[in-house]
Amino acid sequence: MSKFQSPPLADALTPPAIPSKTAIRRVYLSTRSISVLTLVALLAAWWLVTALEWVEPLFLPPPSAVLEKAWLLMTKGYMESTLWQHLGASLQRIGLGLIAAVLTAIPVGIAIGHNRIAQGIFDPLIEFYRPIPPLAYLPLIVIWCGIGEFSKVLLIYLAIFAPIAIATATGVRTVDSAKLRAAQSLGASRWQLIRHVILPSALPDILTGVRIGLGVGWSTLVAAELIAATSGLGFMVQSAAQFLVTDVVVLGILVIAFIAFGLEMGLRALQRRLVPWHGQNH
Amino acid sequence: MALLQLERICAQYPGAAEPVLSDISLNLGPQQLLVALGPSGSGKTSLLNLIAGFVEPSAGRITLDDVPVKGPSAERGVVFQDDALLPWQDVLANVAFGLELAGVPRAQREAKARDMLALVDLAGFEKRRIWQLSGGQKQRVGLARALAADPRVLLMDEPFGALDAFTREQMQELLLQVWQRSAKPVFLITHDIEEAVFLATDLILLAPNPGQIVEHLKLDFGQRYSAGESARAIKSDPRFIETREHVLARVFSQRQAIAEQRA
Repeated sequence: MSKFQSPPLADALTPPAIPSKTAIRRVYLSTRSISVLTLVALLAAWWLVTALEWVEPLFLPPPSAVLEKAWLLMTKGYMESTLWQHLGASLQRIGLGLIAAVLTAIPVGIAIGHNRIAQGIFDPLIEFYRPIPPLAYLPLIVIWCGIGEFSKVLLIYLAIFAPIAIATATGVRTVDSAKLRAAQSLGASRWQLIRHVILPSALPDILTGVRIGLGVGWSTLVAAELIAATSGLGFMVQSAAQFLVTDVVVLGILVIAFIAFGLEMGLRALQRRLVPWHGQNH
Repeated sequence: MALLQLERICAQYPGAAEPVLSDISLNLGPQQLLVALGPSGSGKTSLLNLIAGFVEPSAGRITLDDVPVKGPSAERGVVFQDDALLPWQDVLANVAFGLELAGVPRAQREAKARDMLALVDLAGFEKRRIWQLSGGQKQRVGLARALAADPRVLLMDEPFGALDAFTREQMQELLLQVWQRSAKPVFLITHDIEEAVFLATDLILLAPNPGQIVEHLKLDFGQRYSAGESARAIKSDPRFIETREHVLARVFSQRQAIAEQRA
């Protein structure tokens, strides 16, 4: 009983409305502004630590040096390639890997979700290789396929393939059976069902798979470039580290992080655009 | 002359001890709106699934125009309880979906879809997205979609079961108008007694364990509505109430009989 009485009591005890409102406004910060403030604080700390020379530039160069280096890298380059060329090399590899993975993993995923025999064939294969860290089988790929571009793209491809195929199969399995029956009783053939019902139904899951795959693929790629490459962001960071060019290392890490962030944001935007019905209470 | 014929249909799910449906025979002709009414477990959904071709009977024969029914087909349009519309397409494309599957050119199928939307009072909703519609509007789109494919018979699986009482009344009236104008035979299942009595030209009452037809009534309340009488007037007519109570009593006596049989 007292439970029900307590709100009005509490109301009576609180001070008049206007001051309390301003008090709330003073402490209120949106989640986004908290994130922005955190980043600003981190940058300020970086600047402060280096400006006061608490840390040697060899270990942590000041932000200004990194920015300067960025300009230098964009115009003159590092290790015979500009920053754009390193970036381009990395993006090309992940792009090729992604295209190949999307073109093969989606059909395989549909087959796994749709067909018992395909499931029997592909499920164990994918589940076997998926948990292996790509860098663990990279040596084998190098032995088989050499240290050329193909090996790197193959490695990325394998890393991206599994999440997309698994997500697609899940999406296909969870297609609303009423929609399938509705399409069948409107005369849909087997292929029309896949094209008009199963594929669009699974699209939200497929895009989630692509997002996860791209994340895994990007880290795999950078790691692969540490081992055998003459260009690419991973290579740039690795070779700069060998000569203790710390500003290039920091810059490389930042660029890698920005690209990963950009890919994630781009895919989220794509997801919102392609599957606006997802998450709608329909 | 019956269009759709069910002859001594039995249905049993693999592994189940008792059949879901036992010895069902019925006919559906051109001017009929046949309603199958029954409590849960009476096999009415199974009956609709058999006619739609989603499942096969374990015995007996289903024919449409004397041709045995095999699998789902555009000849038997279905309206589902949960709309089962495609949210990645707008309303117009949803209604035109059956025609698209049949390879009808865009202009032609969209013209037909517009006609059907007008028939269910949804003109002007062509470009809406599915998730922007209310429950009643979704069911109207479902009805328009089924009709646009021009089926021989229309099957309705508790189409108004998920709607609120007010919308349900409106939808019942709309269904009668559409049924009158499209001249399609309709097979509808419901567990709402008043709905069944109001809509049906033929009412079959199903009893469970196993599902069987225990009563077949010929009714004319729907026709009276089509002839211009108001729905409320019909539903408060003593004859309507009497029929409703009779059906209700039948359902309960049936339940009691089963309970006694078990005890």
